[in-house]
Amino acid sequence: MSFGIMRATLAKDLRLEWRSKDAINAMLFFALLVVVIFSFSFDPTAEESRRIAGGLIWVAFLFAAIVALNQTWARELRNQVLDAYRVSPAPANSLFLAKALGNFIFVTVLEALMTPLFIVFYNLRALGPAYQLFIVAALGTWALVVNGTFFAAMSLRTRSREIMLPLLLFPITIPALLAMVEATSSILTGEYSARFWMVLLVAYDVVFTMASLFLFELVLQAE
Amino acid sequence: MSYLYAAYIATWAIHICYLAYLLRRYARLRAQIEELKRER
Amino acid sequence: MKRVFPILAILTAVLLTYGLYGALIAAPTEKTMGDVQRIFYYHVPSAWTAFTFFFLNLVASVVYLLRRNPKADALALAAAEVGVVFCTVVLVTGPIWARPVWGIWWTWDLRLTLTLVLWLIYVSYLVLRRFSSSGQTPVLAAVLAIFGALDVPLVYFSIWFFRTQHPQPVIGGGGSIDPRMLHVLLINWAAFSCFAILVCWSRYHLEVLSREVEETQALESLLESGSPR
Repeated sequence: MSFGIMRATLAKDLRLEWRSKDAINAMLFFALLVVVIFSFSFDPTAEESRRIAGGLIWVAFLFAAIVALNQTWARELRNQVLDAYRVSPAPANSLFLAKALGNFIFVTVLEALMTPLFIVFYNLRALGPAYQLFIVAALGTWALVVNGTFFAAMSLRTRSREIMLPLLLFPITIPALLAMVEATSSILTGEYSARFWMVLLVAYDVVFTMASLFLFELVLQAE
Repeated sequence: MSYLYAAYIATWAIHICYLAYLLRRYARLRAQIEELKRER
Repeated sequence: MKRVFPILAILTAVLLTYGLYGALIAAPTEKTMGDVQRIFYYHVPSAWTAFTFFFLNLVASVVYLLRRNPKADALALAAAEVGVVFCTVVLVTGPIWARPVWGIWWTWDLRLTLTLVLWLIYVSYLVLRRFSSSGQTPVLAAVLAIFGALDVPLVYFSIWFFRTQHPQPVIGGGGSIDPRMLHVLLINWAAFSCFAILVCWSRYHLEVLSREVEETQALESLLESGSPR
């Protein structure tokens, strides 16, 4: 696990993304689409919107995350970077962590841009402890991104790659999705404590981060 | 009561479908083996 | 080994018939649910069998990752397919049972949801196997199986808590069971287990043979293209 390599790869990805803004634009488009369309189809009262907003917000962020994840390895694949990486003595999980962190940053930026829109469109005001929303957002985003980056690597040499990623990702992330949505709803409605869901998200993140770091070497060699 | 029969029939329908799939693959395999033997 | 197969086949046929008779006729009718409850004798053994074969897939996958034995991989594939077949049976018979008894087709209760998630995970496993054109598909599939296994306890806890927060109707309730019913249940479980073993064995055998044939075909075409030199 080499942090130097991780930092270098991450910096490279961030710089490339900043220059082209490929991923961010696509993500923004999809998230916006979800917000606007749902806003038309429901015209909820403040009370109702607090109940359903949790699910809607995470659907929007999930679509955006999938867009980001699908292009994670595209650049590497085009330029035979993966082959180079395989022969180099650099540990595989540095590359993985760099990619995962890059995706995490992209999706978090998107969430930061979209959240004010959600608050405006759905007249949201958290009745529970609002600071917990940041924690849930961070934990939930990492859950999506860590498994997503891993499965994106696994789907590299499959036909219908764009379908394979969501297909693999969705069942595995069901507990995390449930936790994210329920935690957000609990905090917004203030009806329940979100503590259990946050603990579950922490457990989920720990388990799958370790599993990904441990097994990524196999996946990289398997391409 | 039809629910009961529906469930039992559905169960065996699913199993039979899978067995049919297996039989079809076996048939294809046998054809391939025959072809290989002929070329030999 | 080859002689075991027909003996097992006969045993399976006997057990299945006896089990069917027990389920439909011999077992006492349940007080509250009536005859529809007899779906239970097919639903529950299918679930146990499905989970057993998913577990078998996990073991075979781990063995493959450690030893890279292609036979372990073939067994993993066979076990996954059989598991999915039985899991489909569970997911189909469950709602058919639930509808007349509890008035709803589906509920996000612990057992049903866990079964659905397992089904989704293993369907995605089979799709990965089918669509992956990497030479190392078995490795990728094995890794996916491990991820799936890690997921299961997390799914369990998340649904458990979801249900305590949002109580739902209980499907297939608990409580003690009449010994005659238990007897029929166990007979059917034995019957379906033997049936599943037979099917899995056939699938495994088919897979191993298919691979040999493919290798031979590849070799033949190599030799053919090599000879006019």
